[in-house]
Amino acid sequence: MLETAVFVVFALLAVGSALVVVLHRNPVYSTMSLVVTLVAIAALFVMLGAPFIASLQVLIYTGAIVVLFLFVVMLLNIGREEASQRGLPQKVAAGLGSLALLGFLAAAYLRLYGGAAQAPLSEDFVSMRTLALELFTDYLLTFELVGLLLLVAVIAATVLAGKPKDPPEPDGKRPEEVA
Amino acid sequence: MVPVTWYLLLAALLFTIGTAGALTRRNGITIFLSIELMLNSVNLTLVAYSRLLEDQTGQIVVFFVLAVAAAEAAVGLALFIAVYRHRRTIDLNRINLLRW
Repeated sequence: MLETAVFVVFALLAVGSALVVVLHRNPVYSTMSLVVTLVAIAALFVMLGAPFIASLQVLIYTGAIVVLFLFVVMLLNIGREEASQRGLPQKVAAGLGSLALLGFLAAAYLRLYGGAAQAPLSEDFVSMRTLALELFTDYLLTFELVGLLLLVAVIAATVLAGKPKDPPEPDGKRPEEVA
Repeated sequence: MVPVTWYLLLAALLFTIGTAGALTRRNGITIFLSIELMLNSVNLTLVAYSRLLEDQTGQIVVFFVLAVAAAEAAVGLALFIAVYRHRRTIDLNRINLLRW
C-alpha cells in the first residue's frame, strides 16, 4: 500500500515535470524541470532494486549533465522561444504520432506482462557485489571502451567549443570572405 | 507490491512526451533536453526489465547508456556553441544549410 503511494507520487512528479520540460518556452525552466524528472526516476530505480544506478543517475545526470546544459543555456543567453504561426499542422501530426506510439507500447506491455508474477527482491539482486563482479568480468572490455569514448568526447568537445583562430563576423561570414 | 508493468507504462509515457517535444520544439536546447528525457525513459524500461527477469544485465546496460549520454551531451552542447558562434542562433528552423 505504502509502496503504491510512493510509486504514484514519484510517477506523477516525473510526468508533470517532463511535461514542463517539453512545454515551457524558457529553456532555463525546462532544464531545472528535467532535474526534478531525473530525481523522480532515480527514486523509481531504488524501488526497482537498483540503488547503484539510482545514485549514478543523481550524480552523473543531475550533477554533471544538467549543470552542463545550464552552463550552455546561460552562456548562449537563449531567451524565450517566440510562438510560431505556421507550425500547427506539424504539432498536430507529432501529437497524434506520439499518442499512436504510446498506445502501441501500452497495448504490447499489457498484453505481454499484464499478469506476470514477480518474485520479491532478493538480497543478491540488490547487492552491488554481484553487479560489480559482472561488470568487471564479462563486460570489462566494454567498460574500458566506454572510458576511451569519454576521453574522445572530452577532446572533441574541447576542439569544437574552443576559441576559433579568426572569429567570424556577426553576419556569419568569415573575415577573408568579406575582404 | 507495484507491478513492473506500471513502470513499463510510465516509461512509455515519458518516452512519448520526449518524442512529442523533440518533434515540435524548435529551440535546439529544448530538443536536446527532450532527447535526454527519452534516453532516461529507456533506462527506466531497462531497469524494469532487469527487475522482471531477475537479471542484472539490464542495470549494466543502463550504466553504459549513462556514460554514452554524458559523452553525447558534451559533444552536442559543444556543437551548439560552435553553431551559435557562426549563426548567432540555435533556432533549428533557421539552421537549414543542409536541408532541402
